Amino acid sequence: MKALAARRHHRAAPVVLMLLALLLTGGVYAVLAPSPATADTASTANDVEEGDRLFQANCATCHGPNAEGTSQAPSLVGVGAASVDFQVSTGRMPMQANGPQAPQKPPQMTEEQTAQLAAYVASLGAGPAIPTDEQVDGAEGDASNGALLFRTNCAMCHNAVGAGGALSEGKWAPPLYEVSERNIYQAMLTGPQSMPVFNDANITPDEKRDIIAYLLEQRDGSAGGLTLGSLGPVSEGVWAWVVGLGLMIGAAVWIGAKSS
Amino acid sequence: MSTDTTASNSGAPTTPAGKAADYLDQRTSVGGAVKEFARKVFPDHWSFMLGEIALFSFVVLLLTGVFLTMFFDPSMALEEYHGAGPETMQGQLMSVAFASTLDLSFEVRGGLLMRQIHHWAALIFMAAIVVHMMRVFFTGAFRKPREINWLVGTVLLILGLAAGFSGYSLPDDVLSGNGLRITDGVIKSIPVIGSYMSYFVFGGEFPGDQIIPRLFTVHILLVPALILALIGVHLFLMVLHKHTQYPGGGRTDKNVVGYPLFPVYIAKMGGNFFIVFGILALMGATMSINNVWNYGPYDPSPVGAGAQPDWYMLFLEGSLRLMPGAGMEWVIFGYTLSLNVLIPAVVIPTLLFLFLFAYPFVEAKVTGDKREHHVLDRPRNVPVRTGLGVGFLTAFIILALAGSNDLIATHFGMSINQITWAFRILFFVGPVLAFLITKRICLGLQRKDRELVLHGHETGRIVRFANGEYIEVHRPLDEQERWLRVNYTAHKPLEIEPATDARGVKRKGYQKDKRWQRLSRFFYEDRVEPVTPAELAAAHSHGEHDEIAAERKSPEVTTGAESVERER
Amino acid sequence: MSENQNPTPGRDVTTTSGAQDPERFTDPGVPAHKLRLTDTDPAARRRNERLVVLLFAISCLGAIGSIVAYFAVRPDGTTEGVRLSTIALGVTMAISLLGIGIAAIHWSKSLMSDHEHVDERHELASSPEVREVAVQHLTDGVEDSGIARRGVLKGAAVSALALFPLTFAVPLISSVGGDWNISKFRHTLWERGTRLAYDPTGRPIRAADLTVGSAAHVIPEVPQEYMESHEWITEKAKAVVLLVRLNPEDLRSDQSPEGETWSYDGIVAYSKICTHVGCPVALYEQQTHHLLCPCHQSTFDMADGAKVVFGPANRPLPQLPITVDDEGYLIAQDDFAEPVGPSFWERLK
Repeated sequence: MKALAARRHHRAAPVVLMLLALLLTGGVYAVLAPSPATADTASTANDVEEGDRLFQANCATCHGPNAEGTSQAPSLVGVGAASVDFQVSTGRMPMQANGPQAPQKPPQMTEEQTAQLAAYVASLGAGPAIPTDEQVDGAEGDASNGALLFRTNCAMCHNAVGAGGALSEGKWAPPLYEVSERNIYQAMLTGPQSMPVFNDANITPDEKRDIIAYLLEQRDGSAGGLTLGSLGPVSEGVWAWVVGLGLMIGAAVWIGAKSS
Repeated sequence: MSTDTTASNSGAPTTPAGKAADYLDQRTSVGGAVKEFARKVFPDHWSFMLGEIALFSFVVLLLTGVFLTMFFDPSMALEEYHGAGPETMQGQLMSVAFASTLDLSFEVRGGLLMRQIHHWAALIFMAAIVVHMMRVFFTGAFRKPREINWLVGTVLLILGLAAGFSGYSLPDDVLSGNGLRITDGVIKSIPVIGSYMSYFVFGGEFPGDQIIPRLFTVHILLVPALILALIGVHLFLMVLHKHTQYPGGGRTDKNVVGYPLFPVYIAKMGGNFFIVFGILALMGATMSINNVWNYGPYDPSPVGAGAQPDWYMLFLEGSLRLMPGAGMEWVIFGYTLSLNVLIPAVVIPTLLFLFLFAYPFVEAKVTGDKREHHVLDRPRNVPVRTGLGVGFLTAFIILALAGSNDLIATHFGMSINQITWAFRILFFVGPVLAFLITKRICLGLQRKDRELVLHGHETGRIVRFANGEYIEVHRPLDEQERWLRVNYTAHKPLEIEPATDARGVKRKGYQKDKRWQRLSRFFYEDRVEPVTPAELAAAHSHGEHDEIAAERKSPEVTTGAESVERER
Repeated sequence: MSENQNPTPGRDVTTTSGAQDPERFTDPGVPAHKLRLTDTDPAARRRNERLVVLLFAISCLGAIGSIVAYFAVRPDGTTEGVRLSTIALGVTMAISLLGIGIAAIHWSKSLMSDHEHVDERHELASSPEVREVAVQHLTDGVEDSGIARRGVLKGAAVSALALFPLTFAVPLISSVGGDWNISKFRHTLWERGTRLAYDPTGRPIRAADLTVGSAAHVIPEVPQEYMESHEWITEKAKAVVLLVRLNPEDLRSDQSPEGETWSYDGIVAYSKICTHVGCPVALYEQQTHHLLCPCHQSTFDMADGAKVVFGPANRPLPQLPITVDDEGYLIAQDDFAEPVGPSFWERLK
């Protein structure tokens, strides 16, 4: 303490103090700021009511106070819990900025808040429920059948192995390597944003699990070595020019150079 | 140095090698050939090895291709797959061609390696051909007497495209199947005979059950045989003409300066073969390519994002993507003419190849030059040719990029529609701009050369004169440096005979001559003449102080400050 | 051997006078040869020799390693196993190849002579005497055959030569195109009453099962065994359809003529084969109702008669007229009204 006292007239003291104050304020804010939500999450008594409150605070501006939709955003009546869970747990909603599509970002809500929001939206109208762990367990699926279904229904946007691809006007189909099994299932079920709906009549729950099995299979990489992004012939061409021909021309320069 | 291995010894041979050579020579007169070729001189430069890279990739293609044919079965019969291939393929209905591709990748040890080397070698083969052609074009190596060899090379480029395309389609997967489907669409757009051509190619309606065996024959017999034959012609002409050489001291159109074939060039060429093969092996070992089990067996319904051909066909893909469709399908007397397909897929490539085929003859005509050329041009000394070449490449690259517009969109976060519009405009503007900029840069470099020859190198040494003026000392070029920069011809536009003869009668063919002259002006109106000794002497007469200064003599001014070259 | 014959200055330029031509510089000749370290220092020479030996030795090890890898690393059918085997075989192969290549080049660069040689070139054209003899030979030959005089013989020979390729071409061309019946382009498997089924499972589609925003890839319902034939693949190549369900109020128009209804309660079915060059158009964007082709980015508006809104296609995708049967399954009213896929010369005939 003595040392500290001795230095309180140091030239840098105000700066250090200010930094400390800022740090303290930030810390306190971080603890207190979400208090309206977190303070009450301990009580899970009424998820729908909590979800309503979260909805009014975070979603109502665009989706309307009763989730009936506005000119900026669609109605959420009848989209179901699966849709909310997908959008919120992948960070797509709440949306931060207007753009061609809502990008994936770090989730803005805790799992508990997500569940409350989902419960609230599900209470507005019947819609697809969040799938169970068993439904999304790729180990139970048939990867070969999944390959067949993925090829016909998904590969045109998400690429043959789920590396993602372009849509029109700046939109895109995201890569699927990092997407959780539950989210993959929910996306098929609910058709978020540009994606069409693949309900259980079109792709049955078992078939959805097969597709998950196929996608999990892709995470082992390629038997041929580096995948080079699995983007197809264009990336292969770039690598052929840069690495292959680059090395060969490098060798040719060495061959043609006079030895010293 | 082992010059004693030549077989043409007159004395009786004593060594085993000598005896063998004697045996052979008595039956083949090989001695003459060895005498002729063993010490044939080849100029050395890294850019002369680009064609070698193409040649050696082709040899690798033949070697690995033989391996693959042992295990590949080009049949379109359908089977339910239960083999060593990946989990995701088990039980699926597929053609035997696709199944045997899986088996040769997963069951045959080293099979996947060979397949990947083969495919990488194909990409490198085409890339090496392109850079080799660029070298030949920009250095003017296509000029007399090599015009025919340029044509042979361009035909080889087209055959390379055919070889690549037919091989790419063999595994009968979804990606290449959609490529074939696009080909079918293009064929159908051809007026009058298009529908029948489609039947001709596919043996009936697309896809039928004929196309894979047909492509197999094309890929392993027809095209490689033609390529081999033309490579033979290409190399024969190369040896006959003797290789070109870069300009420099002692290098003229009447000699060739370099290293002897045996042993130096044999070692370098042989070594280069192993290096090319080694790099391809390394690529095949570590970088996956065309994993057909990801795309799945051909089925006419699915398609994958990133549906593109291998890079050398991307220009066609891009051309198809850029063409707007609105108003481009004409109906004439009830017959349909799809210009939205014909223009990008038939007319544009025809124009591109026509440029390649015709250029040497057009340039010879507008230059009015009938001499043999064996010393290469420095690209800057022929600004319009260099500009045209860069413009051509720009068009090619823009088309290839347009063929990748979906990947550009996802990787740079842009709108695919905007990219397409940008490329539509760039396809017309880009080559013109590239031409103008390149021509300007070439002329600038030529002026820089003149400047350097006349005034020498900047030394960074500043000297102050008695009258207080500062100058930077310039060091004159040595004679090799100077010769490189002054030893070229700046061609002038053609001069033609007047429109009327002496008696005022109109001359036949004047209009034609006039058109050629106009083209010639386009080529040679802007030019920078090389420095002549007289000019150099004039520059020195007032610049000799530089030399005096460079020799650290007294910087005394005798003829006035204005005679000193100032730093600019 | 013509080792390092540097042309004397002035030898190759046009001027022969000793004095400098004011218009052209003189060729300074081949630059002087510079000695390398290995030319002057025996130790460096030995060092480089050892290096080359070492490189060849590494190559030998690579080749042996490749054999070892072949027997030791057996692929077990898994992705991992095949990858390991490929890398082991390929890397050892590359070592054996690159070892030879680098060794040979280092050998030539550091140990073989680097004196530049000069060869003379000779003009390619034959000398006038040779040409004269050649022309004489040809003239003699023509004269001997009498082809210039014997017109009928010439005509007969030319006719025979022109006709004989037909013996080869006619059998080939008549068979190579199958039955040459190009009217097949106009018809698909769809006919009145054919049920719409999901691709690839073949389950028939009930209208009530489709949620708004759904996209289904559709094939005509056919027997399972037919789906394992080549004929099916060729038919499927024309018959595939993309079905979407929109909010009925979002559906601005479709292609049905006056007095007919080709769509059913917001459900529309269009050919999946692009009218540009035939790629399967399959990227359906649910919000904009746009259908994008991944091959060349033609974009069609599914809510507005599949009209082209962007890209190289010119015509809308042909619509499959649909309705439902008694059991609520979607069925086709008829085949497509026009040929599907890319345009061809006789399309409107």
